[in-house]
Amino acid sequence: MSDDSAEAGRLAFDTDLTIYHALEAKRRLLDAVHSRKALELDLSRVGEMDTAGFQLLVLAKREAQRLGRRLAIVAHSPAVLEVIEFYNMVAYFGDPVVIPAAERS
Amino acid sequence: MDEIFSVFAIEAREQLEALENGLMQIEQGDRDPETINAVFRAAHTIKGASGVVEIAPIEKFTHVLENVLDRLRNGEIEVGGDLISALLQGCDHIGALLGKIENGEVEADPEMQSAGDAIAERLRAFTAAPEAATAGLPDQQEGEVERDGAAGTAIHDCWHISIRFGRDVLRNGMDPLAFLRYLLSLGEVAHITTLCDAMPDAEEMDPESCYLGFEINFRSHADKDKIEAVFDFCRDQCELHILPPHSKIGDYMALIEALPEEVMRLGEILVKSGALTREELDQGLAKQQTAAQQAAAAEQQAPHIGAILIEARMVQPEIVEAAAVKQKQVGEKKAAEARLIRVQADKLDHLIDLVGKLVIAGASANLLAQKSRQATLVEATSVLSRLVENIRDSALQLRMVQIGETFNRFHRVVRDTSKELGKEIELTIRGAETELDKTVVEKIGDPLMHLVRNAMDHGIEPAELRAARGKPAVGQVELQAYHDSGSIVIEVSDDGGGLPKEKIRRKAIDRGIIGAAQQLSEQEIANLIFEPGFSTAEKVTNLSGRGVGMDVVRSNIRALRGSVEVHSEEGRGSRFTIRLPLTLAIIDGFLVGVEKSSYVIPLEMVVECLELKEAAVDRNYLNLRGEVLPFVRLRELFEETGAAPARENVVVVKSGTQKAGVVVDVLHGEFQTVIKPLGALFRHLRGIAGSTILGSGDVALILDVQALTQLAASAEERTLAAADSRVR
Repeated sequence: MSDDSAEAGRLAFDTDLTIYHALEAKRRLLDAVHSRKALELDLSRVGEMDTAGFQLLVLAKREAQRLGRRLAIVAHSPAVLEVIEFYNMVAYFGDPVVIPAAERS
Repeated sequence: MDEIFSVFAIEAREQLEALENGLMQIEQGDRDPETINAVFRAAHTIKGASGVVEIAPIEKFTHVLENVLDRLRNGEIEVGGDLISALLQGCDHIGALLGKIENGEVEADPEMQSAGDAIAERLRAFTAAPEAATAGLPDQQEGEVERDGAAGTAIHDCWHISIRFGRDVLRNGMDPLAFLRYLLSLGEVAHITTLCDAMPDAEEMDPESCYLGFEINFRSHADKDKIEAVFDFCRDQCELHILPPHSKIGDYMALIEALPEEVMRLGEILVKSGALTREELDQGLAKQQTAAQQAAAAEQQAPHIGAILIEARMVQPEIVEAAAVKQKQVGEKKAAEARLIRVQADKLDHLIDLVGKLVIAGASANLLAQKSRQATLVEATSVLSRLVENIRDSALQLRMVQIGETFNRFHRVVRDTSKELGKEIELTIRGAETELDKTVVEKIGDPLMHLVRNAMDHGIEPAELRAARGKPAVGQVELQAYHDSGSIVIEVSDDGGGLPKEKIRRKAIDRGIIGAAQQLSEQEIANLIFEPGFSTAEKVTNLSGRGVGMDVVRSNIRALRGSVEVHSEEGRGSRFTIRLPLTLAIIDGFLVGVEKSSYVIPLEMVVECLELKEAAVDRNYLNLRGEVLPFVRLRELFEETGAAPARENVVVVKSGTQKAGVVVDVLHGEFQTVIKPLGALFRHLRGIAGSTILGSGDVALILDVQALTQLAASAEERTLAAADSRVR
């Protein structure tokens, strides 16, 4: 999925961010953070996220900060947003949250 | 009286004052937990101290009082007028008990005892009721007998849940999300902070391990067991701390220490989430500090808590430093309190006396040096005199106290009196930081008391009348102090009915104070109330109205070299203005001479000096840039013999709003001087405030400018009136 030559890039997850895919997800996320100066994460198609998935997002964000790179979640699926909001961590990620009106209701 | 009792009584009085002031603040709507804590601490200190000196009646009684305050502090009972009244009554009783101690009566007095029992009974009524309300709370709140005053209680009404999930929670198929969502079925999460601090670096992080921890403020009516039950499934795999609502700050501090994260970070989180206030956190830190100090006092090499934490690799050094700075600030505040020392007033008076002599001796040395015409000697003495001046100022500063303390006493007076009179009255205090001489402060209390009571009793109208006059129902009484041209002005004003001028005039005529035909200005009529034997209240109350008040007020103030006058507008209110000298001991003077005699005029009162040009023959006034300036000739006033010199000088002095001229022969210039009061023989002498000794050894009289200006003004008025009647 990763593209080493890109300065900026986008990573779209289309699988669930759960403990069942955690190992793979960690590798993908860290690779993406390491290979790009700025990374946009598209999580709009993540159907399910649990605490393991949430931890990975925190890890990726922290790693990006450590390296002085940018990581932005540009699209949240309702499931992702629900967890981040529940944990009161919206401010930590600092991303603009766009909620499609139809899905929210 | 035994010294130990006297020290106890002094300190207990101070605490009692703090206690009373705090209660007044609380009654006025102050809900700051610190105020309640301070009140509690004061009571606690009195109790502790009375225990130490073994005065059982005070100790027992204060214990009851303290119990009520403890309830109040924990929010278990509501603040109400009844409660505060009962507490204030309790304060009075402690005060009465202290009075006994001060009189050397240590033995219990049965009469006092029964009075105290009655008040204690009333107080106990407040502690009895809420028992049922607290019964449902978990055991942590019960069984505490005595609390340290500094510990306090967090005002927060939420449960506080701290949970750190174990590494294997996720692997075992449990998700923290599930637990927390389940928690929502029991109540409402007021605030949640997610802690990821335990998560290692990216490489070492195991995506299947759980690293999260949470600090949750949880609002719920469930009990502790139910909340704990939520986490039953992972109980053995996580670290769980639950604090009930209104936990002691100490418990929070214990929690902070028990958790793996750094003290300050957790502290900040608790503050941000609203579980603790900043003050509570600081207090907690301060308490650790005191504990450390106590340990040190016991000559144990107490290891700094920060050091322990660093050793245990729990805390980074810089964070400990930040915490230490905080602790230091709290420590400094305490130290500031400890910087005050108690000095006996006599010692201070003796010092001032010596400084006074030093000033005179310095002036004498200065004079001799100038006569000797030795430049070096003159220089040395001038340095010396500058230093003496500084010493004098600092010595006088020592005697200066803020008037606020005196003013604050009136909150209680106004509160009690307004209840007694059935009027709603509010007291406003302004300029409480204004400083004046201690001896003046001590003597001004009684006259002020008279004026404030008068304002409430005669000044403020009953509520119906106020309503009819279109005034707010709550009457206003104001105490204000400020400095004005070398004196301090204290004003007592009210927005009441003002002085009934016509009634005063009639009464003054009835009593023969003035003649029926006498024409008086409104100002003069108003000030008739200061005449002996004058009272206008139709109804004699036990507060005032016996006709002894006002003239006593005036003579008391005059004894302080001050003056009092009243401005009043009928229907709008009155304002009593007291003008007092700043200090009674040393003044900066202006030295003048008539023939061989020397006179000193207080420098603050001198406006300017000018030459008396046209010597008006029969009239004692001159035209000062278009202003009429009455003057007195000292030569005539003090009956100096000899003819006036060709060139006379006028010193223009100002006292309050009145200006007058003093005609003298010579102006000698500024002169620092110590006031020596005149002997009793000369007490009734008008125009002279005191005497002083000049550097040359001669005696100089200090002029009482206030009396002189009045003299000049009234003399001029008399001549005018006489001229008037002649014309008619």
